[in-house]
Amino acid sequence: MTETSVSSTRKQRARNKGGLSGLLHRSENLRGYLLMSPTLLVMSIGILAPFLILVTMSLWTRDGFSFDTALTMANYERAWTEPIFGALLKRSFWISGIATVVTVALCYPMAYYVAFHVHRNKMMWIILMTLPFWTSYLLRVFAWKVILGYEGVINSGLMVVGLIEEPLEFLLYSREAVIITLAHAWAAFAILPLYVSLEKIDKSLLEAATDLGDGPVARFLRVTLPLSLPGIIAAAFLIFIPTTGDYITPALLGGPDGAMIGNFIQLQFGPVNNWPMGATLSIVLMLWVSAIALVFLFITRLAKDKIA
Amino acid sequence: MSDLSYIKRPNRPLQVYAVIFLIVLYVPILFIPLFSFNDSVYAKFPLTGVTTQWYVELWSREPMWAALWNSVKVGGVVSIISTILGVVAARGITRYRLPGKNALVTFIMMPLVIPGIIFGVALLVLMSRMGVPLSLYTVTLGHLIVCLPFAVATLLPRFEGFDKSMEEASADLGENGWWTFWRVTMPMVFPGIVASLLLSFTISFDEFIMAFFLTGTDPTLPMYIWGQLRFPQQFPSVLALSSLILFVSFFVVFVAQYLGRQGLDPDQ
Repeated sequence: MTETSVSSTRKQRARNKGGLSGLLHRSENLRGYLLMSPTLLVMSIGILAPFLILVTMSLWTRDGFSFDTALTMANYERAWTEPIFGALLKRSFWISGIATVVTVALCYPMAYYVAFHVHRNKMMWIILMTLPFWTSYLLRVFAWKVILGYEGVINSGLMVVGLIEEPLEFLLYSREAVIITLAHAWAAFAILPLYVSLEKIDKSLLEAATDLGDGPVARFLRVTLPLSLPGIIAAAFLIFIPTTGDYITPALLGGPDGAMIGNFIQLQFGPVNNWPMGATLSIVLMLWVSAIALVFLFITRLAKDKIA
Repeated sequence: MSDLSYIKRPNRPLQVYAVIFLIVLYVPILFIPLFSFNDSVYAKFPLTGVTTQWYVELWSREPMWAALWNSVKVGGVVSIISTILGVVAARGITRYRLPGKNALVTFIMMPLVIPGIIFGVALLVLMSRMGVPLSLYTVTLGHLIVCLPFAVATLLPRFEGFDKSMEEASADLGENGWWTFWRVTMPMVFPGIVASLLLSFTISFDEFIMAFFLTGTDPTLPMYIWGQLRFPQQFPSVLALSSLILFVSFFVVFVAQYLGRQGLDPDQ
């Protein structure tokens, strides 16, 4: 019996028997909610409650070593007017944005290859591509410190070969170092959604395009690329949003020029000890990320409508 | 002409790209074990000689063993709780047609798309306002939030994938709900459960951002490593420790992925 026929007979029964079965049907739903409730409860404790308190605290101010709990927008005003915050936010979005573009651009051909040209052992390829992601993030960042460092792999390697006399100083502690590390560390987040969307493409559409006279390039631009757009968007979100708040990579590899808003938030909760300001900056970061995400979604929706 | 010959034909440039891609993906990480056997305090070329002294040194490090044990405890508890919660949630999501289901699933998946630092500081603020001292318990709660979406995402396809008629047959044959679940449902979703346990454990074991804000006086292993990174002379032992973690993680995840996808992928 198929799912729909089961539910339709159930509905029929509910209609025939009136109230009692209707209630039973509803209690069916109730059981479903009941099953989900422990998970939802944990997530509420872990997400909702902290956010509510974070929003409240962002409206407080620091008062010596404790907090002044009078509600005020003072922190938000500071965040808006003091140029350092705007500059840090802009830099964070810039670094994350470039890292996102680089990662998606590099991962797309790879996902395309596995989706279209690998026929046996696809699973093996997917595991191979995502395995490094499961090692500690800290270790992956640390690995790039070993590579890019003043006496790191690249510098010492080039000196052994004799290509340079002195270590190149610009490698470590720069925005580029942060971007390279992020692109490497987040590749799995791009690979998976890209692969899934490419794999889903109905191959007969490509065939149709060929039959109608499209060459490989036109076929890719008019069929494959638009149809994989959802994967590209998902990949971009999965990288851009978490990396905007990253502070490990900038802390280890960024130097003063590569510090991001996450480092500043961490400072407020650590050495600076101004929790309300840190809370405000976290909220501001979230609002900006959401706004950027919404604008991005809106634009892609428009683009999709145009294609369709 | 319908055999899509251009897809079947090997594409040389793409093949080359794929190989380079994998090399670039793995080489940076493999430098860690390479230098961990190097006979010098500095991780640089030329390599000066092979040694296992950094590994031997690890044996006598009490704080490291304590941190490792902390991570194992947290990871064990987190993986069990998040898998149980993941199973009931996945069951609720797939078995019933609930109004507002998509919104609830989105809510559960939210930690995947919110900067981790925001979760970290939000939980820190909550704990301090409630007067809960930071400890391994707060770290466990933080890790639970991070791991749950992964557990649900691993288990959902398993629960979606199976045939409801099997359960109906069991019910028709007179089994009650619990026995049906235990004898029919459970064996079918078992690989997903093992995968979820292993993945949650690995994620918790490697997690850093939550631990950074929520750890009290007992550091987890990544926190211990973070502390060691400040001292350049500790680099080699960090490399040795990292290599060990690397290989164990690789192995565990490989098994988890294999189990998790078995029977789901039509190519296998």
